[in-house]
Amino acid sequence: MNEKIKVACPRFGNYHIALEFLFTKGLGVEYVTPPPSTKKTLEIGSKYSPDFVCSPFKFNLGNYIEAIEAGANTLIQTGGVCRLGYYGELHEQILKDLGYNVNFVNMSKASYNNPLSFYNEFKKVNPNMNIKKVSTVLIATLKMVECIDEIDDFVRQNVGFEVKDGSMEKIQEEFLEELRSAETKKDIEKITKKCKKRLKDVKLKKPKKIMRVGIVGEYYTIMEPFSNHYIEKELAKKGIVIYRWMNVSNSVLHHNGKEQKKEIKNYVKYYMGATSMATVYKTLEWAKAGFDGIVHVKSFGCTPEIDAMPVLQKISNDYKIPILYFSFDSQTSETGIQTRLEAFYDMIMMRKEKK
Amino acid sequence: MKKAYLGIDVGSISTKGIIMDENNKILASEYLWTEGNPMEAVKKLLKALESQFKKRTYKIVAVGTTGSARKLIGAMVGASVVKNEITAHAIGTTSLYPDVRTILEIGGQDSKIILVEDGVVVDYAMNTLCAAGTGSFLSSQAKRLGVEVEDFGKIALTSKKPTNIAARCTVFAESDLVHKAQIGHKKEDIIAGLCKAVVTNYLNNVGKGKKILPPIVFQGGVSKNIGVTKAFEEATGCDVIVDPNSHLMGALGVAILAKKSKIEKEFSFDVTEMEFTTKGIECQKCANHCEIICIYKNKKLIDAWGNRCENGAITIKEQKEC
Repeated sequence: MNEKIKVACPRFGNYHIALEFLFTKGLGVEYVTPPPSTKKTLEIGSKYSPDFVCSPFKFNLGNYIEAIEAGANTLIQTGGVCRLGYYGELHEQILKDLGYNVNFVNMSKASYNNPLSFYNEFKKVNPNMNIKKVSTVLIATLKMVECIDEIDDFVRQNVGFEVKDGSMEKIQEEFLEELRSAETKKDIEKITKKCKKRLKDVKLKKPKKIMRVGIVGEYYTIMEPFSNHYIEKELAKKGIVIYRWMNVSNSVLHHNGKEQKKEIKNYVKYYMGATSMATVYKTLEWAKAGFDGIVHVKSFGCTPEIDAMPVLQKISNDYKIPILYFSFDSQTSETGIQTRLEAFYDMIMMRKEKK
Repeated sequence: MKKAYLGIDVGSISTKGIIMDENNKILASEYLWTEGNPMEAVKKLLKALESQFKKRTYKIVAVGTTGSARKLIGAMVGASVVKNEITAHAIGTTSLYPDVRTILEIGGQDSKIILVEDGVVVDYAMNTLCAAGTGSFLSSQAKRLGVEVEDFGKIALTSKKPTNIAARCTVFAESDLVHKAQIGHKKEDIIAGLCKAVVTNYLNNVGKGKKILPPIVFQGGVSKNIGVTKAFEEATGCDVIVDPNSHLMGALGVAILAKKSKIEKEFSFDVTEMEFTTKGIECQKCANHCEIICIYKNKKLIDAWGNRCENGAITIKEQKEC
């Protein structure tokens, strides 16, 4: 292939910044960031997807097509521990049937037990890559992921109290933009430090009784704000501290599976698959910590998370903590979400006042 | 002049309104069909309320709106409070039944369960995907059977052996109903079976995983159906209270919230004479294409919503005149 390699991955939270870094600096190829997911992305994705497949599949497919239109010729599917692990093959087939002539790299063909298999998949992206360079950049990329998550956590927990609306979002946007110019791990650390300082300087006005809500649920929907109708932001803006454990740092880089299993042994005996263990683990921890409520999000039909729901109901009864369940689909009504969110807020507010 | 408060609950099927005094006592109430035109329905509602209301003794100082058209109607009448129906129903019911633990609510299109402890909502759920087990399900089946939906309850009570209807899905329920009728099940048994199916559906979907404790209050349009109330009593093994005003709880609740808000704006029945129009615009500033709704009072823009971001915000240059 004489054509210049232009790589794209589906959009997912703010991680496209780290992916761009990894591919341009590490593998020495061009990276095409798909445009932010919109209604159009979902429409394109749904049009060419089986109707009953989960919405992350549809978003991914929409992202691919929009990335191809933006010039990408090499697409990557990461794979995952649920149905997502099989999605790569199907995406590839659908794109081929649509007549797109692209190179499709399916990471789910690689195995975590055999790191070399990842190397082989990466080699498909760029056969001339320099392994030494890739490893250095990979370390910096992982740092970048941690930094993105760290800043995201801070914003989530404080954005509801900023005096001037939008201050933190603006700083976060500038931070992400600045990260794109980073060359080394040191740069990344420096940019993050600066952003943290700026965020800490944002004027906050906190009430006496502070409400805390934890968000749990399925991997994609919880991390891609467009797919969950910006539920975190909606809740935070009502003056709530939002906690979310689920992100790439915690679930991949610092995964604590053994501890999770131990902590929830009174509720869960066997491994339940995908994100459901973490969902139960964090719900239980936050219930014990006296949080005001939990919001559970998933895409419609997500089996591991459906399995987690009865366990959450039990925790909800045992610890008297309200849990709000959302299932997102390509056909979710905005009004329905608003009504339920408002009622949830009223409820936890009135409970708090009573205490 | 004594203070009074107006509460309006505009649902998918029916529109409800009450006027109450400072002690939450209902002075006037009205119930009519929305018929797909919430603004017209509210105008009719207000005219009816006006005729029942002593204008010389009371003046309405605050208005609250709830139900699925709450925002639209809130803009129209200049509401002090616009509240979701879950909170409004809970407030209305607990004001009359302070000890209530479980509120079952089945309306035209949605159904909900609200759990209360010490007068405060501690948990709730709302149907999410399907209308099986709501009022519109019952009324469409009534039509098929050639019975007025208002008589459904009475007929159901005459049944000795309710027919089992597969009512997980409204479409399949209809075919099962036809099937049962064709093989010779009696009409009253089928009707009783439908009432039972509504309850089973409700408990399996909306009430899933929730502890239903007495006292139980049942409200919403379907609570007027004695057959469903009986089926609830059988399924839960508890008495189920249905208030004579059970259909007005949302309106009462939001009137109480309007009173509590202490935001007072004098309300005038003149709005029934004004012309209100809406216009939908599709925002073209990004690929989200948000549908923005603009509300005009006498051709003047008074409010707009529907945009997901600042780019689509429509600012009202001229101040609202209320």
